[in-house]
Amino acid sequence: MSKADAVAVALWVGVTMYAIFAGADFGAGLWSLLSGAGESGRRPRELIDWAIGPVWEANHVWLIFVLVVLWTGFPSAFEAVFSTLFIPLSLAALGIVIRGAGFAFHHNARRARGRALAERLFGLASVLTPFFLGTVVGAVAGGRVPVGNAAGDSVTSWCNPLSLVIGALFTATGAYLSAVFLVSDARRAGAPDLERALVSAVVTGALAAVGLFALHRHARFVFDGLTSDGLPLVIVSALCGIGVLVLLQRRALRGTRVLAAGAVASVIWGWAIAQHPYLLPKTLTISAGAAPSATLTAVLVVFGVAVLLVLPALGLLFTLAQRSFVEETSGPSPTEGEA
Amino acid sequence: MLTLASNLGAARSQMAFTLGFHIILASLGVALPAMMLIANYLGLRRDDAHALELAQRWSKAVAVTFAVGAVTGTVLSFEFGLLWPAFTGRFGQVFGILFGIEGIFFFLEAIFIAIYIFGWKRLSPWTHFWTGVPVVIAGLGGAFSVVAVNSWMNQPQGYSPATGKVTSVEPLKVIFNPAVPYEVPHMILAAYLVTGFLVAGIYAVGMLRGRRDRIHRLGLLIPLTVACIATPIQFAVGDTAARAIAKDQPIKFAAMECVQQTHTDVTEYIYGRCTSSGVKGGLGIPGFDSFLVGWSTGTQVVGLDTVAPDDRPPANTMLHWAFDTMVGICTVLIGLGLWLAIGWWRKRDFPQTRWFLRATAVSGVLAVIALECGWIVTEVGRQPWIVYNVMRTSDAVTHANGIWVTFGLILALYLALGTALIVTLLAMSRRWRSAGEHDESVPYGPEPGPPPDLATESPG
Repeated sequence: MSKADAVAVALWVGVTMYAIFAGADFGAGLWSLLSGAGESGRRPRELIDWAIGPVWEANHVWLIFVLVVLWTGFPSAFEAVFSTLFIPLSLAALGIVIRGAGFAFHHNARRARGRALAERLFGLASVLTPFFLGTVVGAVAGGRVPVGNAAGDSVTSWCNPLSLVIGALFTATGAYLSAVFLVSDARRAGAPDLERALVSAVVTGALAAVGLFALHRHARFVFDGLTSDGLPLVIVSALCGIGVLVLLQRRALRGTRVLAAGAVASVIWGWAIAQHPYLLPKTLTISAGAAPSATLTAVLVVFGVAVLLVLPALGLLFTLAQRSFVEETSGPSPTEGEA
Repeated sequence: MLTLASNLGAARSQMAFTLGFHIILASLGVALPAMMLIANYLGLRRDDAHALELAQRWSKAVAVTFAVGAVTGTVLSFEFGLLWPAFTGRFGQVFGILFGIEGIFFFLEAIFIAIYIFGWKRLSPWTHFWTGVPVVIAGLGGAFSVVAVNSWMNQPQGYSPATGKVTSVEPLKVIFNPAVPYEVPHMILAAYLVTGFLVAGIYAVGMLRGRRDRIHRLGLLIPLTVACIATPIQFAVGDTAARAIAKDQPIKFAAMECVQQTHTDVTEYIYGRCTSSGVKGGLGIPGFDSFLVGWSTGTQVVGLDTVAPDDRPPANTMLHWAFDTMVGICTVLIGLGLWLAIGWWRKRDFPQTRWFLRATAVSGVLAVIALECGWIVTEVGRQPWIVYNVMRTSDAVTHANGIWVTFGLILALYLALGTALIVTLLAMSRRWRSAGEHDESVPYGPEPGPPPDLATESPG
């Protein structure tokens, strides 16, 4: 593996983390929106707020990590994507701002006036970001993002069947992830809701199938990759997805989170393999778009240091959070939850 | 159809606004944890429950401002691509590593803020204190990394070839570029100054309203002492920076001081209007500008006429006013520090007059104005270059349309964000005063348990 490939792997680790954690967060926002306004939707909304809380915190970090590694390691790809796809990325950023503001203020806004309106806003924001990030991915996969400053079409590049299907798929995937996460949390709080998870699993699976069809028509290179080198991971993803369904049907919740995250992660890595060696199929390869060698080394060093410093710190935080659960009777007991 | 020129105006406006907003939150994120730890230390050392109470309150304010700062920081990282794709496309591989380092500090700061807030009840007092130290260090490290990028834009080096596609990078030369030694300390001190005066100002307002309890006294005294110690140091660092800029970026310096022609014995003007034939109005001190640059009135100061009109910064009068206002405010704040020092020396207490409290209350606003002025000086003063003498801002801007739309949206959104932040902080302080409610939840802190009625009922 070349140094540029290694940096691409680091980038992809960040993408995977963001997809899973932010996906679950945005999905929770969507469920919050769907649970309805007013008193009838209050209880499910409060449960969602409570359950998804701990997932929020690192989302900005993963995203910034992805952006920084992209522009440091592969600046020309960054330039091409962010200029041609100005519109969907601006809308995705809009969703991130609103959702992030929700995180900053929701703790203190429990009693605030205008809360209903704010909740609607957060819900809508939660649809904006995954959908438009999905259209961005569709634009890249479909080869509609040429190298240069806004060299591609500012509208058709992302407003096309493939992009729209992938946008919908991203939104559904987030809803699926959070629904599965919520089932376990809800059980800890004594109110599991399997229906959400089952419905979103079926919808996501169907959209994935439509997505494959769209890739076949509009992004043949990626489709071919997914059905050859990337095929094992696509199969793993499908198996994980089916496994989640089976476990949910049997009400055996242990392991559903890991399997659901695995289903998403394997598709993301399958896509990476399918698109290899291209950053922008089929115009810019990883090696052609890569930064000079010293920069790549520095990125890898920073990535290594980050892992060494951040993991123990996260472990300490997790330990403390668990300890608080033990001591506070108001919180759910860890022994009831799954690992 | 929007022209590229209006694109540039919109992009610069949006960048200036979002950075000008973020810089306040970033300053709080860097320095407020330090105030919090000082209060924590005093509380433990002297067994002072009031100081500990302050530390706990400030830790919650840290969490809220940090969460908002994370949002505005994320917007900035999008803007590197949305507004300046050609800049990042060419030089991202050069300066980007600094943002990678910043990312580590940002992550660590977020984690340790959470650990510190979780730790109030779950760690022994001194262990808890030490978990706050990484927050302060991460704040300093993050400030270093981000400001070093700006320094690099002022003093670019560490890459080749000089024109065209970059093929070789020397990361250490990028990280430790010549502007780092003065720009980084200047910004870190500014963060401590702004936070110190702002927090002290808030407690001064409380005392003016008759809340003269010990919490308010400590809440005023701790940050004000830190800020008053930092101010004269800042004055010296800023003076050094100005001299360095006169050498490294003479055109920026000429625009700051409205020096049209290169010559010796240059008059220092305080305020006044910049015109192509010199400064109109204002208070002139003959020879003083030359003296400030080289300790002698015979020092030659480079004028704007040494470069083509296209290569000169715009809005010279605004630049000049921003520079003078920053220096003026710093001078006034040194005066406030002297007032505090004299009071302390005579009575072992801060001056107990309403005028002192009023001055302290205003000092926070003044410090923020000085911060923004400094930012204007360094950013507008670098124009028309995004990378000094290497890449023009007009060549960096996106060719995509629609920036006026996003700028409008951002204005509305940030207005709401700023209002919500202030409303939230005010609501927190009201609750602290009325009930001493300690178990309220904050971002990064422990989540409260599930809503009680959910534990027994099954919705749907």
